[in-house]
Parts: sequence; C-alpha cells; structure tokens
Amino acid sequence: MGTIVFFIFAILAIAAASGVVTSRNIVHSAFYLALSFSGVAVLYVLMNADFLAAVQLLVYTGAVSIMVVFAVMLTLRGEVSDSNPENRKWGWGAFISVLLFAVIALVVLTNSDWRVLPSAWTSGGSAEDMSLLLLSQFMIPFEAAAVLLTVALAGAVILAKGVKENQ
Amino acid sequence: MDALNNVFVNIAAYIRGLFADSHSLSADLTINIIVFLMLFLIMVVAALFLSLVERKFAHWVSQRSGPNRLGPHGWFQFIADAVKMLGKEDIYPANVDLFLFKIAPMMLVGITLMAFGVIPFGKGMVAINLDLGIFYFLAVSSISTLALLMAGWASNNKFSLLGGFRAVAQMISYEIPLLFSLLGVIMITQTFNLSSIIEAQKTIPFIFLQPLAFLIYLIAGIAETNRAPFDQVQGEQEIVAGPFTEYSGLRWGLFMLAEYGNVVATSAIAVSMFLGGWYGPGFLPGWLWFILKIWLVIFIMMWVRWTFVRMRVDHLMHFAWKILLPLSLANIFLTGLGIYIYQLFIPRIGG
Repeated sequence: MGTIVFFIFAILAIAAASGVVTSRNIVHSAFYLALSFSGVAVLYVLMNADFLAAVQLLVYTGAVSIMVVFAVMLTLRGEVSDSNPENRKWGWGAFISVLLFAVIALVVLTNSDWRVLPSAWTSGGSAEDMSLLLLSQFMIPFEAAAVLLTVALAGAVILAKGVKENQ
Repeated sequence: MDALNNVFVNIAAYIRGLFADSHSLSADLTINIIVFLMLFLIMVVAALFLSLVERKFAHWVSQRSGPNRLGPHGWFQFIADAVKMLGKEDIYPANVDLFLFKIAPMMLVGITLMAFGVIPFGKGMVAINLDLGIFYFLAVSSISTLALLMAGWASNNKFSLLGGFRAVAQMISYEIPLLFSLLGVIMITQTFNLSSIIEAQKTIPFIFLQPLAFLIYLIAGIAETNRAPFDQVQGEQEIVAGPFTEYSGLRWGLFMLAEYGNVVATSAIAVSMFLGGWYGPGFLPGWLWFILKIWLVIFIMMWVRWTFVRMRVDHLMHFAWKILLPLSLANIFLTGLGIYIYQLFIPRIGG
C-alpha cells in the first residue's frame, strides 16, 4: 500500500519538476513548482515525518504565491505565454543537474547515516520529539535562528515603513 | 445524556463492529468514506444555510428587506439559489488559461475540506486525530492563497489579477498574527492536538487566560476569510469582484462554498482553541455545545461584517504589521512570563 502511494506521488513530484523546467510560461512553471513541493510533502508523510510535511506545505508551497507576485511585478515581458525562453538552453542545465545528482548520490551511497533502515522508522518524527531535540541538543542553532528571524521581521517592518530623509 | 453525548461515536463503533476485524483496512476505509461524506455534507449545508442567514442578518442590521418571498419569511430562498446555480450555463471567457481557470475553484474547495479533517466536533468525534492538529490546519489553509492567485491570474483580466495580488498580500500578512495568537494557547497546553487542547480547557476556557490572543485571532481570522471589513480581495467598488470577476454559475458557487466553509472552519478553530470546545453545562450533549459555540462566533463575524465599512488597503497592511503583530508578540512574551511565574509559585503554595 505504502509503495503504491510512494510511486504515485514520487512520479507526480518528478513530473511536476520537469514541468517547471520545460514550461514556456513562467507562471505555469511556478504552479508546477507548488505541485512538486506538495508531492514531496506526501513523501515526508510516508516517512513518518509529519511535522516536516506540514512545514513543507506552509513554507515552500505557501511561498510560491509570493514568488509569483514578485515575478510578475519584476519581469518586463510583453507576452506571458512565451515568458520563459531560457529553458530552451537545456544542454548546460542537463549537465549541471547530472553533476549535482552524481554528487548527492555519491554522498548518500558512501555515508552510512543515509542507509535505508532494516525496519520502518516508527519514532522520532513527531512535533514532541522535534521540540525536545531543538530545546536540548540543538539549543544554540535554534536560538540563533530565532534571533535572526526576529531581526529580519523587524527589519522588514522598518524597510516597509521607509527611512525619513532628514535623519 | 451519556448515550446522547456519544451517539455518533457509538454509530461509528457499530459500523466497525459489522466487519469481522473491526480495525482491518476495509473497516477503516468504510469509516473514512462515511466521515468524508459527512464532512462534505456539513460544509455544503452550512454554506447554503449561511448564505441565507447572512442576507437575513444584513436585513436585520441595515434595515432592508432581504429575501422574503419563498417560503415562510423567505427561509426557503437558499434552495432556489442552489437550483438556479446548478442550472446555469458554464461560461468561460475566450482568452483564459483554461486548465488553471477550471481547477482553481475546485482546489479552493478541496483545501477547505482538508482543513475540516482535524476539527473535533465532540469527544472522539474527529475525522483524523492528528498529533499536529492545529499546525496541519494552518499549513493547509496557507495554500488557499495559491488557489485565489491562480484564479486571479488565469482569468486574464486586470481586475482579477489585482484581486489575486491583494489576496496574496492580505492573507500572507494576516497569517502571521493569526499563527502567533495561537502560540499562547499552545505554550500553555504544550500540544498541537486539538482534542487535547480542548480537554485542557475542562476547568476554564482559554478565552479567560488569553483574551488578547482571542481578539487577535478573531480579527486575523476575519481577514483570512476575506470578509468585510477586510474584503479588499473582492472590493466591488474598485476591482469588480477580484478573482471571482470572470466566474459564473457553479464555479462561482464553489468559491462561495469555500468562503463559507472557511468561515465555519475558522470559527471551529476559535471554539476549540479559546472557547472550551465541547465542554458546557450538562443539559445539552457536547457536540451540540460545539455547534452552538460555532454559531456564536459566526454571529460575531457577521455582526462585524455588516457593522463596519471596508478598510483602505494601506490601513489594512499597517493594521496587520504595526498593531496586530507587536500585540501578538507581546502576548507570547506575557504568556511565557505567566507560565514561569505559575511554575515558580505553584510548588510553594501546593496548588
């Protein structure tokens, strides 16, 4: 059962990802990207990483809409149906993708931490486990990230408010 | 009263009992399909009924006639509306992006229905008793922005596109105070599970411990569902009807279904996070208390909608980022302080 679901959503995620790079309309690319992210979220659920799946939806899929808004605001192209001409130069893209895939595969295959477990992982993916780890073992990176995000938030508000010219 | 309280749980247990193994795949599948159909029916009936109640409410607040022809005092109007909507021709303009245009309303309804899955309507009456309950709800409802943007962009109409952009700006901004206002409750209960959060409110509903958070949640919730005074997304005087401009018939009906479904879901979350969920005086069953509390929150939302005028776009953004966000941050800080003081004193006085 789990295998069937895995293959359905893995194929969905990969097909959507190929749609991102082959679509001629840049807005379609963005929506394909959202679909790909959602497919990956389902794969996280299959791996008992519910929290990560929810974060994937909230942060990645949700942020695609912001990306579309920025893309539409910042690009100056007359015809949106042919707004993504760069994707025809696929030779270099394919080369770099294959290279990246080879590097990732090398790391995964040589590193023993990345091996498939003999039995299914049943513990350690819930929000409770995550928060316990974050507030004990990874306390300092967690706090640093929290401070960074708060600073970014305050900075965004100040930027949006505008700096007065006479100061 | 106990039988009445558990009537739906007992029905589910009886259906499970019909199978040889009550937790086999087929039993689970049957229960899940029944629950799915129930949730969908709740959403459709609530949307149809709320569309009528809303007009009746407007008639009461702003002293106009409202629907008053069909049935006693016009109470059958929603049946006529539904039949009329089903009978309309499916029109789409010539230059729309057809696939995105058609799929956007369906996606919005699907997302709203997904959010219904974690709402506990009574003790043990939750479709999926997810550990991540409230977090899942927020994650799923954040995608509805994408559906509105899709509708606005695919319509190939400048008013629709502006509406879609406004939806992104408004819903992303108000998502932050919404999320932060719920953090106070999560800090007290130390769980995301909605059923456990309700059980923690057996002695005192969290509205008394977190009054500020409830207020922020209600305001941000009204903004998230795009209702007046925060309905810039539709803003009839400026951008016709925003993302819905080019839609008609049943596709437009799906948008309305999703809007009212979102209203019910937002109210249900307010009830389970702040108003004590299914707990109430013992003369009514728990699930009825839950539904009555949802009605109370919807009543407040409608009251606000028909009382205040629409805010200006820049005021809307200022309100989210300069008032609601600092207030919700202060609420988190005060809650943390309160928990610390509570833990400091309770061992000493032996609470």
